[in-house]
Amino acid sequence: MLEAILVMALGAVVLGAALGYAAVRFRVEGDPLVEKIDAILPQTQCGQCGFPGCKPYAEAIAKGEAEINQCPPGGDEGIHKLADLLGREFKSLSAEHGIEKPKSVAVIDEQACIGCTLCIQACPVDAIVGAAKQMHTVVAQQCTGCELCLPPCPVNCITMEPIAESVENWKWKYPVFKITPAQKAAV
Amino acid sequence: MNNSPYFLKPASVQSVMLRVLAALLPGIAAYIWFFGMAILVQIALASVTALAAEAVMLKLRDKPLMLFLSDGSALVTAWLIALTFPPIAPWWLTVVGVLTAIVIAKHLYGGLGQNPFNPAMVAFALMIVAYPSLMSQWPAVGFTDFAPQWNAIFGARQLDAITMATPLDALRTALHTADARATVAGVLGSDATFGNIGGKGWEWVAAGYLAGGLWLLQQRIITWHMPAAFLATLLLVSGGFSLFDATRFAGPSFHIFTGGAMLAAFFIVTDPVSGATTPRGKLIFAAGAAALTWIIRTFGAYPDGIAFAILLMNIAAPLIDMNTQPPVFGHKDKGRHLE
Amino acid sequence: MEVPRVQDHSSAKGGGVSALQRLFKFHGGVKPAYNKEASTGLPIAVAPTPTQLVIPLHQSIGGMPRPLVSAGEHVLKGQRIGGADGNVSSAVHASTSGKVLAVEMRLMPHTSGLSAMCVILEPDGRDEWIPRQPFDYRNATPTETRDYLRDAGVVGLGGAVFPSYLKLNPGKQGKLDTLVLNGAECEPFITCDDLLMRERAEATLKGAVIMREILGAGQVLIGIEDNKPEAIAAMEIAARAANAAAGDSSIRVVSVPTRYPAGGAKQLIRVLTGIEVPHGKRSTDYGVQCFNVGTAYAIYEAIALGQPLISRIVTIAGNVRRARNYEVPFGTPMRDLVTLCDPLPDSDRVIMGGPMMGLLMPADSVPVVKATNCVLIGSKALFPAPPPEMPCIRCGECAKVCPADLLPFEMYWFSRAKIFGKAQEYNLFDCIECGCCAYVCPSHIPLVDYYRFAKSEIWARELEKESADVARERYEFRLLREEREKQEKAAKLAAKTAAGREKAAAALAEAEKPATTPEEDAKKALIAAALERARAQQAQARPENTDNLTPEQQAEVAAIEARRAEIREMAKPHVRQSD
Repeated sequence: MLEAILVMALGAVVLGAALGYAAVRFRVEGDPLVEKIDAILPQTQCGQCGFPGCKPYAEAIAKGEAEINQCPPGGDEGIHKLADLLGREFKSLSAEHGIEKPKSVAVIDEQACIGCTLCIQACPVDAIVGAAKQMHTVVAQQCTGCELCLPPCPVNCITMEPIAESVENWKWKYPVFKITPAQKAAV
Repeated sequence: MNNSPYFLKPASVQSVMLRVLAALLPGIAAYIWFFGMAILVQIALASVTALAAEAVMLKLRDKPLMLFLSDGSALVTAWLIALTFPPIAPWWLTVVGVLTAIVIAKHLYGGLGQNPFNPAMVAFALMIVAYPSLMSQWPAVGFTDFAPQWNAIFGARQLDAITMATPLDALRTALHTADARATVAGVLGSDATFGNIGGKGWEWVAAGYLAGGLWLLQQRIITWHMPAAFLATLLLVSGGFSLFDATRFAGPSFHIFTGGAMLAAFFIVTDPVSGATTPRGKLIFAAGAAALTWIIRTFGAYPDGIAFAILLMNIAAPLIDMNTQPPVFGHKDKGRHLE
Repeated sequence: MEVPRVQDHSSAKGGGVSALQRLFKFHGGVKPAYNKEASTGLPIAVAPTPTQLVIPLHQSIGGMPRPLVSAGEHVLKGQRIGGADGNVSSAVHASTSGKVLAVEMRLMPHTSGLSAMCVILEPDGRDEWIPRQPFDYRNATPTETRDYLRDAGVVGLGGAVFPSYLKLNPGKQGKLDTLVLNGAECEPFITCDDLLMRERAEATLKGAVIMREILGAGQVLIGIEDNKPEAIAAMEIAARAANAAAGDSSIRVVSVPTRYPAGGAKQLIRVLTGIEVPHGKRSTDYGVQCFNVGTAYAIYEAIALGQPLISRIVTIAGNVRRARNYEVPFGTPMRDLVTLCDPLPDSDRVIMGGPMMGLLMPADSVPVVKATNCVLIGSKALFPAPPPEMPCIRCGECAKVCPADLLPFEMYWFSRAKIFGKAQEYNLFDCIECGCCAYVCPSHIPLVDYYRFAKSEIWARELEKESADVARERYEFRLLREEREKQEKAAKLAAKTAAGREKAAAALAEAEKPATTPEEDAKKALIAAALERARAQQAQARPENTDNLTPEQQAEVAAIEARRAEIREMAKPHVRQSD
């Protein structure tokens, strides 16, 4: 009896020591969860989620202060990934935060632009170049399509244009074809 | 319209499965010769049950019925069950076995191509655990009268007159009892001529399976890896132990030609769905199955160990596959000129 | 795995062109019905110039060439109409003389059915060349030679259309062991290389000699599948002549066993030299470079004749009565070629390339481009729809035939489940999409479609991730900058504060009031003026048909205006949130 208790106690001490050592030795620096969430978010920095950027929204999700369905640019796929990561239930995109749109870039009508710099100040990723009283233009590669430059423009010369499908970004489709009831009847 | 390639080699799952069934015929012929027509009753029973169960499950799972029903995979499972179960097993034993295989081991895991365990072996393992005595009653060799066999399957079971333990079972029972005088030679009879290698009759059935298996090899439906590794391992392990102590351990010819060893080597371990698939993986998988078979036959409590051995190796198959991937083109670390 | 084979085709003729050559084997491969006889009966014919040429600017791997001509311009045959743009790009030329009708988007020869920028050319019938001069590559620097070939538009004609000038670089060592010429042509139906070697062996060999000099290669191995005895014979005669001229025997014609895909560059290099070039590595790092025989001929034309690449030999085969090879100017609509060969009435599709790897064309109006080695006409009888797809039973047939030693069923499993990381772990990107696995699959699974899907999905995701990373970086930098500017402002303010507390208090009060410095006033006035101008512009631009509208139309217009206002309103809150 005593023997058994001693063995169990010894086991507990050894395992406890091993766990304690592992906790110190393999300590994870920083908050990897926020980083992981941030990696899933599309980095549009549009603020549609109600937070000033993707990182603050990631922090809010990690703290449990925000739902995972507040990011319209990420769409359903992004929500699925967040749900997988956090082990939460999938929720469809919350309507109050916006709708998922095809990926677009801002285009400035250079004829109408008056060079007021307001859009430059609004752009979260500094993708608009130009100077006061000079015509502005959007660097398309860097534009995230956040639409934040639209409201400040006093002459409404900025439009969002969906990114056209080209040979470079064309994708082969998923090859599963559903068997239709008619085919089913045939076989 | 489909993308490239625009023409395909004429091959189908159905033709693969039908050729497997055809390859079983020589073994079945030998079976009928030594153990009577009862096996045909069992095959018919198993086939009908399997097709019915398959149809119901396909309907439930909303799959195209005729397409999948005609693929022949249910029939292969059914025939293997019929051939591994005793030919005079009561009808309900076969039916429950087939239902287990088709409903639980196959369709509940996702149907054709998705089952991690060999369905026929799941059925055999379950039934031998649940009904050990029924699963080890074989008709005496040469006692091929059809009427008592029919009765054994469907009616009153007056078995003692017609049954006999299998050679494997007899050997195991004798060696496991306290009778220290029992020896391999004593149990199997001193006459070691052909006709007694795996117990009278069994070696001819095994030879039938061997012929069918070689034909499958020639048809390129199976590769040499699995049968070769299975038989070679069984030969080495049993041969080694038999050299060490021939009175306690039966020799390789007995192990290879008795029970389901030959059937397993060509028709059961070679099941691609639940087995390993890489060339090296196939060797490991079949060798493991053979070693476990010998261990369970020799030290275990059941008359034959093939079912358990294969199920155990099924568990290991994904791991074996993952660790035996063949080197990819250009990744072989021999980029230089070989002259 | 090497299978030593003794190949000696020249022994009877006693030329030593293909002396003892040890051959190696590549794993897998299939032997489909070759169907090549139909198009080898007749010699190469010159296709008639069509009434209109549609020449896509983007005909090679790499950047899209810039258009150098505009509508209305007259161009000569061989005149550059698209200039190479960027490090990887190749020029495009007018296939005949005539008038540029337009430079516009046209349907391109690609399964996607997308359009691309094309030069529409109306031939004037004179077929008038630009002045042509041979290029003296012996007295040119390697860079000059490469620039010349780039501007001559020479690209790989085996199907990959990789700009050849980039491959004519001997790499780090400055020289190569072996130049491999690919005349294997393993795809069924296609015979354009076969006919080229039969009829233009000498010129092809001259091209090979030029390439060999540029690359500094020791030997030239010409690999031809053993089902083309005529081509092997013709090339041997030419090789003997070239060897005699050079006084050595370094050019050898090697007959390789017929097995698809023996014509894959990596597979052929393996068969001829035993070297396996890994995915993503340059073969020059292993002392080998491989060119298609058609490319060798194009290089001969460009350098020795001064003619840029404006046409190629195309096999027209399949569901036609008269299959044949034609020399086709780029930009010729495929429909015109099909008509020449008398298609059977049940033809229902046009495929660019062979039946194993060819691309389904969105229409028969698409033009022949540099990548078009074959125009294959299909029908339901010739290429029947595959039987219904069954589940994978892991039979391993696909792994047995994979020439890249992959496990196709594992890649399929993970591609289908969209677990792309695992698919990549099984070396998805080593897959050359040869189609052997799908060809033998007893479950009729369109395996290659799954790999194409997974590959393009992985590429798209990688791009998306890259741009997200850039956006994150730029956003974080912006935050940093704003923070710094705020601090600098505060520091300035603090400095002023040190000057006098009263002033500071005043400044504080000032800061709290809406700032109206004269400077800002001026700015506001400017914005107001500009706004006024813009409004005037907008008013001018008002559509003129808004008068005399029916009530219904007016109601519709009002509804649209309301929706617009609503959208503008919806857009506004974003600003507040981001502040």
